[in-house]
Amino acid sequence: MTEPVIRVSDSDRPRLPRGVRLTHNEAQGGWILLAPERVFKADAITAEILKRCTGETTLHAIVDDLARTFAAPRERIHADVVKLLGGLAEKKLLELG
Amino acid sequence: MTTNGLSVPTPLGLLAELTHRCPLGCPYCSNPLALDKRADELDTATWARVFREAAALGVLQVHLSGGEPAARRDLPDIVKAAREASLYSNLITSAVGLTPQTLASLADAGLDHVQISIQDSDESSADHIAGYKGASVRKRALAKEVVRLGLPLTINMVVHRANIGRIETMVELALSLGASRVEIAHVQYYGWGMKNRAALMPTREQVEEAVRTVEMLRDRHRGQIVIDAVVPDYYARFPKPCVGGWGRRSLNVTPAGRVLPCHAAEVIPGLEFWNVREHSLADIWRASPAFLAFRGTDWMREPCKSCPRREQDFGGCRCQAFMLTGDARATDPVCHLSPEHAIVAQAAAERADEAYEYRRL
Repeated sequence: MTEPVIRVSDSDRPRLPRGVRLTHNEAQGGWILLAPERVFKADAITAEILKRCTGETTLHAIVDDLARTFAAPRERIHADVVKLLGGLAEKKLLELG
Repeated sequence: MTTNGLSVPTPLGLLAELTHRCPLGCPYCSNPLALDKRADELDTATWARVFREAAALGVLQVHLSGGEPAARRDLPDIVKAAREASLYSNLITSAVGLTPQTLASLADAGLDHVQISIQDSDESSADHIAGYKGASVRKRALAKEVVRLGLPLTINMVVHRANIGRIETMVELALSLGASRVEIAHVQYYGWGMKNRAALMPTREQVEEAVRTVEMLRDRHRGQIVIDAVVPDYYARFPKPCVGGWGRRSLNVTPAGRVLPCHAAEVIPGLEFWNVREHSLADIWRASPAFLAFRGTDWMREPCKSCPRREQDFGGCRCQAFMLTGDARATDPVCHLSPEHAIVAQAAAERADEAYEYRRL
């Protein structure tokens, strides 16, 4: 996968824009990201990241929270989150505020 | 979900054709030639029930379409019903006949996304294609209103011989209007599109140039706008996985309430379609003869039957196979492995600069 052209910075406050919704759906078997005429399956980790993208919290704080909650190495989480959010921003599925 | 031990897929999308009324006359319209009358349209309450049943089946998104959905005076109530059923709602509109006031009430009712069709970046060509003088200026104005209200906007552009040379300016136009997404939809030949095929068909060279242009534009505009493209399958080697497989990912409810596996399915003779006035959506999805007819792969003959791509493209399009070969079970002749593939090259060569037969009720 090519590197996202959009680089998320620590002070950004990412949020799902209007028309992009994270939802849990039993019939579809898990977390789903609903977007204009498209549906994306989201795994549990993606869901945990996106739940924290409210537009109020900085990327830095989101990564801190994830590292604390999941007792995982901060650097690894930071890299994964930046990659995920950069990819979503490129697809117009995320605003970086 | 299983019925009689056979697994029935869970649908994702519902195409709700609210009406066949439309102010435009686009010659590529995929609606059938025999359009549903206004008097036969389902009422608000019935659509609300259909939405609830769809959500219970697992459907996630509804595409409010037609005809022109804004021709329905109860459109805000329909959008509200979709929201109450927890369906994500897409409005698929020409923008003609949709006022800013109504758009605001749709936004308040919980509409998630608006897709506006634009026929060309050249305004007089656009109005000519739509068969409606003044369409282009209305569409651009409403597009700006969508963005002003904070709703995501997709511009849908059906591409054919008359406009295929202007893909670049069409994408730049979508960007300037504030769209987050543009669909470059190479024309498909169903309904009125099939009637006007000779007037719409591009050359192979034009299509190849268009494919290169879209790739270039994707690179240029990565991160600014998403460019989705629907393939021009008459010039392809393999067929499209039509509607994601028959009775697998989506269903279509016509204005009069018939439930179809796809918008063109009524061209296939011998299929029995059930109506939401008489059956629940769940029963129709699981058990109506039309849905069972080509679900899965058991119906396939060779070369599809043993093809490694059979669960990828499902043998292509049943309606297209019927329209081009006379046999709905045949391999879609778009596939180069079809013994009747030569039909497609022949059809593609039948181009003529004739006047459009505009879509009219």
